Amino acid sequence: MTPRTAAFLRPWSTRLALALLGLVLGLGLLAPLASPRDPNLVDVDRKFAPPSWEEPLGADHLGRSVLARIVHGARVSLLVVVAILGLNMALGLSLGSLAGFAGGRVDALLMRICDVFLTFPTFFLALFLVGLLGPGLFNVILAVAATHWAWYARLTRGMVLGLKHREYVLAARISGTGPVRLVTRHVLPPILAQLLVMAGLDVGHMMLHVAGLSFLGLGVKPPTPEWGVMISDARQFVGSHPELIMYPGLMIFLTVMAFNLLGDALRDALDPGLDHGH
Amino acid sequence: MARFVLNRIAVLIPMLLAVSLVVFVMLRVAQGDPAMAYLRLSQIPPTDEALARARQLLGLDRPLAAQYLAWLRSALAGDFGRSYVTGRPVFGEVLHYLPATLELTAAALALALGLSLPLGMAAALRKDTALDNLVRGGSFVGVSLPNFWLGFLLVWIFSVRLGWLPPLGRGGLERLVLPAATLCLMSLCINTRLVRTSLLENMGHRFILYARARGLPESVVVRKHMLKNSLIPVLTAAGMHLGEMLGGAVVVESVFAWPGVGRFALSAIANRDYPVIQCFMLVMTVILVLCNLAVDVLYAWVDPRIRLRGEGRP
Repeated sequence: MTPRTAAFLRPWSTRLALALLGLVLGLGLLAPLASPRDPNLVDVDRKFAPPSWEEPLGADHLGRSVLARIVHGARVSLLVVVAILGLNMALGLSLGSLAGFAGGRVDALLMRICDVFLTFPTFFLALFLVGLLGPGLFNVILAVAATHWAWYARLTRGMVLGLKHREYVLAARISGTGPVRLVTRHVLPPILAQLLVMAGLDVGHMMLHVAGLSFLGLGVKPPTPEWGVMISDARQFVGSHPELIMYPGLMIFLTVMAFNLLGDALRDALDPGLDHGH
Repeated sequence: MARFVLNRIAVLIPMLLAVSLVVFVMLRVAQGDPAMAYLRLSQIPPTDEALARARQLLGLDRPLAAQYLAWLRSALAGDFGRSYVTGRPVFGEVLHYLPATLELTAAALALALGLSLPLGMAAALRKDTALDNLVRGGSFVGVSLPNFWLGFLLVWIFSVRLGWLPPLGRGGLERLVLPAATLCLMSLCINTRLVRTSLLENMGHRFILYARARGLPESVVVRKHMLKNSLIPVLTAAGMHLGEMLGGAVVVESVFAWPGVGRFALSAIANRDYPVIQCFMLVMTVILVLCNLAVDVLYAWVDPRIRLRGEGRP
C-alpha cells in the first residue's frame, strides 16, 4: 500500500463509507442470491405481512417482499448512477479538451453552451428535459447527465489550458513524444484526478435527483423495484405502515451519505487545496 | 449604482430571448405536429382537409421564423395557448397556482438564511467544541437526506405520532411549517457550512487583527468586519439555492399536496401537455432571472469592489 492510499484510508469515516458502498454494491451484484424471492411477485394474502424469519422486512401493500425490492433496487440505483457518471465524464472530457486545445471560436461557442446549462438550477433543468423527452428511466439518465456535464467540461478546459504550456509537457514534446502518448501519459492523469474529485462530490447529489424524479413518477416505471418508487408506493400508508417508507429512505440516505463521505476523502487525498465549501 | 443595475438588465434581455427561442424550437421538435394536437383538443376528426385548415388557422404554413415571432408576440401579451387537458388558457392557470409556490419558496429561503447565519457563526466562534462538531455533523447528515423522504418523516413524527401539525394542504402558518422546513434543508446545511468556513477564513485576515488592535469591542469586530465580509459567498449560494428550491418545490408540493405551480406542471409533464410545460418554463425562467438580478444588486451593495468596477477605477 502506498503512503497516499494509507492516508486516504486512515479516517474512520472513509472506511465506513467504503464498507457501506461495498455492502450496497454487493447487494446489487448478488441481488438474485441475496434474495431469492421475485421482487415483483404479488401475493395479496400476504398484504402488509409483518417481519418474519423468511421475510425479514415484511411485505408491502401488494404482498411483495420488501427485502427483495430493496435488494433489487440497489442494482437499479447503482446502474443509473454509473451511467450518468460515465456520460458526464465522457462529455466533459471530450468537449472540455476540445475547447481547451482548439481555442478560438470553438472554445467560445462551447463555453457559451456550458454557460446556458450552468445558468439553470439543476433539478429544474432536469424536470424540463424530462418534460420534453417524456418520462422514463433512460430519459432521466440523459436529463440528469445534461444538467451536470457542463461543470466537468469547464474543469477539463481550464486544466487543459493550464497544462498545455507547462514545462514538463513541452519537454516531453521536444523529446519526440507523439500526440497520443503525450495526452495519455502527461495531460490526462492530472485531469482525471480532478474529475474524479468532482465526481465524488457530485454522485450523492445525482442520486438524490434520480430518486426524486422516480418518486415523482417520471423515472423508473412503477413495477420495477427502485427506492424512490418504493417511497412513492408507500406514501399512502405513512399513517398505518410507516416502516414501508423507512427502509427505502434509509437506503437512499445511507448510500448518498457514503458517497459524500467518499467524495470528501477523495478530495482530501487527491487535492487538498480545493475549496471546501462546494 | 443605477448604471450598474441598468447594465445588468441590458444583459438579461438577450438571454431571455435566447431561452424563449430554445424553448420554442425544442418543444416544436418534441411535440410533433401542433395541428394534430389542436384537432385532438377540439375533438375534430383528423382528416387531411381538417389538418390543412388547422395549419392555416395556426399559422403553421408560414416560415418558422415568422411563427416564432408570432408566438413571441402573443407570449409577451400573456397568451400561451390552451392546455391540452383542461382546455383553459395556460397563462391564467400558471398565474393562479404561482403565489402558493412563491409563498413556500420564500418561507424556505427565509428559514435557510435565518437559521444558517446563527448556526454557522456559533460553530465558527466555538471551533472544535462539541457545538461545532454537532453543527458540522448535522449539516453533513442533512445534505444526504432525500427531501421527499424527510417530508414523510416530518409528517409521520409531527402529524401522525404527535398530532401537532396538519399533514397536508395550504392555509395558515401551521400548514406552512413542515413543507418549508423540508424545502429549506439542503440550502440550510450548505449555507451553515459556508458561513462557518468563510468566517474562519476571515478571522485570519489582517484587517481583523487591526480592528482588534484598535480596541474595538469583540461584538463589533464580529458583526462589522467578519460577518459582513462573509456574506458575499452566502449571497452567491443563496442565489443558486433559490433556483434549486423552485425546482425542489415540485417535489415538496407533491409530498404535502401543496396547491402550487410545481404540482400543476408535474401533471402537465406526465400528460405531455406542452403548452403548460412551455409557459411554466418561461415564467420560472423570468422569476429566476429576476432573482439573479436581485442577488447581483445585493452583491454590489455589500461589496463596493463590484459596484465600482468599470467606472474609471483600476
